[in-house]
Amino acid sequence: MKIAFTTSGNTLDAPMDGRFGRAAGFVIYDTDNDTFEAVDNRQSVNTAQGAGIQATEAIVRHGANCLVTGHCGPNAFRALSAAGVRIYTTSAATVAEALEAFSAGALATMKSADVEGHWS
Amino acid sequence: MSEPTIQELVIISGKGGTGKTSITASFAVLAGFPVLADCDVDAADLHLILAPSIRERYDFFCGNEAVIRPAECIRCGKCRELCRFDAVMAGCEGEPYAVDPVACEGCGVCVRFCPVHAIDFPQSLSGEWMISATRCGPMVHARLGVAAENSGKLVSTVRREARRLAEENGLSLVIVDGPPGIGCPVIASLTGTSLALIVTEPTVSGEHDLERVLKLARHFDVPAWVCVNKWDLNPDMTERIESLAVRSGARIAGRIRYDRAVTLAQIQQKAVVETDAPSAGDIRQVWESLGLQEKIKEKS
Amino acid sequence: MIIAVASGKGGTGKTTVSVNLARTIGSGVQLLDCDVEEPNAHLFLPGREKGSDIVTIPIPLVDESLCDACGECGRFCRYHAIVSFGSSPLVFPELCHGCGGCALVCPRGAIREQGKRIGVVETREADGITLVQGRIDIGVAMAPPLVRAVKETLNKDTTAILDAPPGTSCPVIATLRGSDFVVLVTEPTPFGLHDLRLAVDMVRELAIPFGVVVNRMGVGDDRVHRFCREQEIPVLLELPDDRRIAEAYSRGELVVDALPEYASHFATLLWNIREFRSAGGK
Repeated sequence: MKIAFTTSGNTLDAPMDGRFGRAAGFVIYDTDNDTFEAVDNRQSVNTAQGAGIQATEAIVRHGANCLVTGHCGPNAFRALSAAGVRIYTTSAATVAEALEAFSAGALATMKSADVEGHWS
Repeated sequence: MSEPTIQELVIISGKGGTGKTSITASFAVLAGFPVLADCDVDAADLHLILAPSIRERYDFFCGNEAVIRPAECIRCGKCRELCRFDAVMAGCEGEPYAVDPVACEGCGVCVRFCPVHAIDFPQSLSGEWMISATRCGPMVHARLGVAAENSGKLVSTVRREARRLAEENGLSLVIVDGPPGIGCPVIASLTGTSLALIVTEPTVSGEHDLERVLKLARHFDVPAWVCVNKWDLNPDMTERIESLAVRSGARIAGRIRYDRAVTLAQIQQKAVVETDAPSAGDIRQVWESLGLQEKIKEKS
Repeated sequence: MIIAVASGKGGTGKTTVSVNLARTIGSGVQLLDCDVEEPNAHLFLPGREKGSDIVTIPIPLVDESLCDACGECGRFCRYHAIVSFGSSPLVFPELCHGCGGCALVCPRGAIREQGKRIGVVETREADGITLVQGRIDIGVAMAPPLVRAVKETLNKDTTAILDAPPGTSCPVIATLRGSDFVVLVTEPTPFGLHDLRLAVDMVRELAIPFGVVVNRMGVGDDRVHRFCREQEIPVLLELPDDRRIAEAYSRGELVVDALPEYASHFATLLWNIREFRSAGGK
């Protein structure tokens, strides 16, 4: 299973980024062999509209089945749901902490968008 | 996690020319080193008061535009037929077709369906944005190229950079000078901010436009404050506007008097509160009503 | 003749110039309020409502029984308005520009288009003046198609005045395209001058003859006039900074009605527009 974390860095120690569509990037962690890769999200950050949709495309392309982030707008929520990505929210400070909470089953899944979308 | 601890105040107006930028410049002085974001990218004026010295400058590319290679155009008319934006001009008397860059929305339909693949689709340079230093704090501002499209995206860029500057420099307030209207660039300025100050004037247009901009703030769930500028021009209308604002769930931030010294301050490149203009005290009171100073202190 | 009234900066008096010019021309004139985000001309020319049409843009409608989830539509769309994740595509209507590309590229013909409302075009009649205004729905970001819908009502046989939105971006361009003369309204202040320069660049890019109206003469300095002289731009009219004008405006009254001594100002403006237009403008 692959889990995407929204982050402003590219390591497990990097701080979490609360946003999804406009997160600086993702760390995608593979639980099957405990490896990870960093994915740049600059393309979505720089898009006028539809950042959440583009970000969804990016993590799906890298095989993610789960997303761990802070917030998620309505368009991204629809796109992620359609792509079969489960969404978990956290307020953890770093990717490593968020991963630990995820592995412990301590994170809640998101049932609907929790922030207004568009250009936020 | 980087929870949004940064306060982001956006100043908008619905109707243009109500004094938004003069008030923003004064707030910049009063706030004590905020990050400033001039999101009126169409007609950015804040720099005329704050006299920024530009530190970084970036080209702004947005979308693509179709360009027909004239030598290869067979004048079949397919592009013109398919373009929904009326952007393809037929060449007269055997001249090749051409795309009007001003009308092209960069959808790529003509590029895809040109039977001889004679249409290029380069990225379009539509402006630039800058990071500057001012006497009041760092400032992000931009210039949209003449007749360029998609100011909404440029606004997003300016806001994103302003937030980044705030995060990196440990500053807790971003003040956004928003554009007039209620359309794409305004939505881009408004969404996700902590609060909006709507500057209006006591005129029939001011009243009408306030109603629409308040609906927009509600639509995007941003707490709104209203301030009537030049209130004494029509006191009855000021009353009406304020009760309209309260009925719509907004709060009243205060009134600012009609004051010709505002233009004088502008000519001297000063914020109104940097002069002894009679309205300077009014602006200070509006700033205090917003209670941002306390919020910033709490955070830091 | 189509006269567009524009300005780089908002609140310089575009609507004041438009409505008073319309009244000065009188019966038969068309006034098109293209400031679809904040249409204001009707506040000064109440009149009688004659009709209202809903304006839509075409957005995709996917027939799931025909769609084989190939994803071609999503790969084509520049606006991320349609996207497919190995299933029938999702449509995001507020991102769609209505280019029709997805329907054209769909190999199975599974995409039709349906209208999505973006606003209305309203027609009013006020003392022989036909006022047409667009009004965009709250939260809709796509003004240019609505501006184009307002302009479709143009009657080429009469004089038309287009009241443009402020600024120099997409909806303004959509308004100015195809007009015969542009009146740029400014005020003699640093902001006014700065935004006038941008507006002048824009109108020159569009290659339309133009001139300037300086409103609130007396509030600032003479830099706007110096600029116009240097650039050989005709100043078509100067309106003084008269508090009575501001007060009449605040009540929704026309200047030429409330303060008849200004009637000749607007008559001069009209004469100057015709003059400079036939001279090819600058």
